[in-house]
Amino acid sequence: MRFAPTADGRFTPNLEPQERAFLAGLPSQLRDLLDNDDPSLRRLFPTAYHDDPERDAEFQRLMRDDLIARRTETAQVLQDTAESDTISAEELGMWMNAVNDLRLVLGTQLDVSEGMDMDDLTDDDPRLPQFAVYGWLSMLLEQIVQALTGQLDA
Amino acid sequence: MSSVAPVELDEPATDSSTANDRPWVVIVWNDPINLMSYVTFVLQKVFGYAKEKAESLMWDVHTKGRAVVSSGPRERAEMDVFRLHEHGLWATMQHDD
Repeated sequence: MRFAPTADGRFTPNLEPQERAFLAGLPSQLRDLLDNDDPSLRRLFPTAYHDDPERDAEFQRLMRDDLIARRTETAQVLQDTAESDTISAEELGMWMNAVNDLRLVLGTQLDVSEGMDMDDLTDDDPRLPQFAVYGWLSMLLEQIVQALTGQLDA
Repeated sequence: MSSVAPVELDEPATDSSTANDRPWVVIVWNDPINLMSYVTFVLQKVFGYAKEKAESLMWDVHTKGRAVVSSGPRERAEMDVFRLHEHGLWATMQHDD
């Protein structure tokens, strides 16, 4: 199991050292985007009021800072604990959010569509490395969800 | 003959306070990035839904493009939308018409 529960309610991320190092390096890239208000972040701040632009602007104004704070916090936790032997359930929950935030940003940059996969790209497509990361993060997220779902049902 | 002034009826005003009494619904929209397993888990976590209900809602989102995941007063709906946005889902709210 990728995220194996320990006897004391924690989890062991069974990742290779290179994977852990790679994960530890991703949050700073996300923070750079957050600091520079990059357009690929738009998916992280979607509309709330479907048919009321005025109310929506108000909602965004109030919530945006909280959303940014939360995303910065979870990204930091991922960076700080990516190489820990065990992590708490709360930390794993934050890994889940951080990994998904990274997927949302990457997916926006790659302009992924429903059902798209790497076979759709040719060997010399410059997006391949990013796509590989996206796929790897997707697999990781599935595994985190599996581990946390086990906790929910307990 | 005296003319009688028309009686003015005071129509109840549809001001914001009465408008807010109408229930709001929270809608989750399909998107090509979020994983089905993730959406299901988030619905369980945020709303405390049983797995079967969360899966059913997720499936509606996936096949019909959207699903109503909760309803209630405006403040509650806004909180739900915020928590769903925190998890990266695309959620909006509107009056339940």
